[in-house]
Amino acid sequence: MQKTKQRLLTGNKAIAEAIRLEMERDPNVFVMGEDVGVYGGIFGATEGLFQKFGPERVIDTPISETAFIGAAIGAAAEGMRPIVELMFVDFFGVCMDQIYNHMAKIPYMSGGSVKLPMVLMTAVGGGYSDAAQHSQTLYATFAHLPGMKVVAPSTPYDLKGMMISAIRDDNPVVFMFHKTLQGLGWMDQLDASVGHVPEEAYTVPIGKAKVVREGTDITIVGIQMTTHHALEAAKKLEQHGIQAEVIDLRSLVPLDRETILQSIKKTHRLLVVDEDYLSYGMTAEIAAIAAEEGLYDLEAPVKRLAVPDVPIPYSRPLEQFVLPNADKIFNEAMKLVNE
Amino acid sequence: MTISVDHLTWMYETMYKIRYYEDKMAEAYAEGKNPVFNIGAGPVPGEMHLATGQEPAAVGICVHLTKEDTVTSPHRPHHHAIAKGVHLNRMTAEIFGKVTGLGKGKGGHMHLFDPDVKFSCGGIVGAGIPHALGAALAAKKKGKDWVAVAFIGEGAANQGAFHESLNMAALWNLPLIVVIENNQYGISVPKSASTSVPSNDIRAAAYGIKGYYVKDNDPIEMYNVSKEAVERARKGEGPSIIEIETYRYLGHFQGDPEVYRDKNEVTLLREKDPIVRMRQLLIKEYGIEEQQLSELENRAKQEVEAAYQFARESDYPAPEDALKDLFV
Repeated sequence: MQKTKQRLLTGNKAIAEAIRLEMERDPNVFVMGEDVGVYGGIFGATEGLFQKFGPERVIDTPISETAFIGAAIGAAAEGMRPIVELMFVDFFGVCMDQIYNHMAKIPYMSGGSVKLPMVLMTAVGGGYSDAAQHSQTLYATFAHLPGMKVVAPSTPYDLKGMMISAIRDDNPVVFMFHKTLQGLGWMDQLDASVGHVPEEAYTVPIGKAKVVREGTDITIVGIQMTTHHALEAAKKLEQHGIQAEVIDLRSLVPLDRETILQSIKKTHRLLVVDEDYLSYGMTAEIAAIAAEEGLYDLEAPVKRLAVPDVPIPYSRPLEQFVLPNADKIFNEAMKLVNE
Repeated sequence: MTISVDHLTWMYETMYKIRYYEDKMAEAYAEGKNPVFNIGAGPVPGEMHLATGQEPAAVGICVHLTKEDTVTSPHRPHHHAIAKGVHLNRMTAEIFGKVTGLGKGKGGHMHLFDPDVKFSCGGIVGAGIPHALGAALAAKKKGKDWVAVAFIGEGAANQGAFHESLNMAALWNLPLIVVIENNQYGISVPKSASTSVPSNDIRAAAYGIKGYYVKDNDPIEMYNVSKEAVERARKGEGPSIIEIETYRYLGHFQGDPEVYRDKNEVTLLREKDPIVRMRQLLIKEYGIEEQQLSELENRAKQEVEAAYQFARESDYPAPEDALKDLFV
């Protein structure tokens, strides 16, 4: 076995490194957003960039999301490659018109004559009692609306590689990073938030899911935090003689149907886990794909585990009740394999 | 302008109560977060935005309000809530995530709702301004002389909701007062880097309304301009903007590394603390006895202590209560 030297980075540093490398390579790349400058982004995604590139290329904006996201659209149409940060995905409400009526539609409405090579980077996720307006993931809200690529990487390696892909993509890409997977000192310390990241620039393709654990008895599809919960549950399932295959979705748009369908051909059982709301969400989409294209491979009904259609509550026991975790996945998986 | 002793002592006691409340909250918030700070740990988890130093803005206008007047507040709401008379026990219980809280533990510190005194707040910058606009519209439709006050930070004055709401308030001549607490920073971004004008009262001209500016975190001056703004609004003379230069002693949130400002800055601000200044003023200029102020202080402390005790002794909600209250 070849030994590779591990170069460990946190999620936030992996993102910042991707942006730095692309800014060095391409003078058209610049960053805009609230507190992205001296502060380095509230969740550290632009750490060190202001010090390296200065205020002309790492621009702190007023709290004016409609204006600065709209401005990114205007600049992208001129051939710039802006990366704009929406501090919390929950804040999309104040600027969604720019995002879905303009960023997502202009390339299509122009018949492809206008390109918008921009990245809308935003923080998602809960679990730390930040309550209903600061804890959502809203994966499906963005993925539902055509015209945006939507990615949600779950490891430092993928965060860097997919950010570089996103910046180089000629389409608008919504890049969601999970707060607790940023590896920040002031949040839960998760092993998953630190990982090997090569020093050089590399890309990880957008639109390709990853089998992060092979198994034969059940397929568990997760995204970001739920992938890590699923991996933890899989370890416990193994102790009960159940081999779970875990798929990290990584991209919501485009969605990698093939990897999911291939997996259920093998395992014949499917559990989909999401930190987003249950109804009309990612879990429903994957279940529909399984029903439409993989029904005869299934030996049991598809199961879904997600936030049960209420806003994220503040108080810890309430929040823990609604969020998926490894125990809940284990329990659902046990029921499913015994079906 | 002469100010009644009742108003003066109410403002002093309320500022003192707010300060004591926020100091205690800083301590409670730190519990379970040492030696390693973890935002999700302890009896009070999540983000915590304290208003220590910003008391004059809240008391200077709320002294002129009744429980029929509406107040909306942003992510830093405790001083407004206390000055508006929000039920302190239930507010504190909410912040501790308890079932006895204003929102039964569902809302938390940024999402406090007390319809009994028409108070609400929220975590989205600028979002409370249209709600106050709507309350002002309702007052006019009902033929009442109620007013609506939207507290915001100076950063929120660059949101579309600010400009849209003030235009409509002026157009429809509504009793809306927007109080801008200029604490100099929108998280890390200084006002000079976010705002095209030196102070937001100037922007009143854009809507043809009154603009007031209160310098140096002065509760008495805040009292005076607020009195005029509230009286005008009650008489149907239209909306106003009040900007007060205030101080944020603490970080944007507890745990903020504050890399964007000099440590000395806060030391200098604390030297001209508005509560200390007001105490001296009440004794020297208004002849109020030291003894009386001490009694007010003790009363405020006791009320706060009782609220914290109530919160700590209350139960957490049952986990499955998470599924309740989605629809009425």
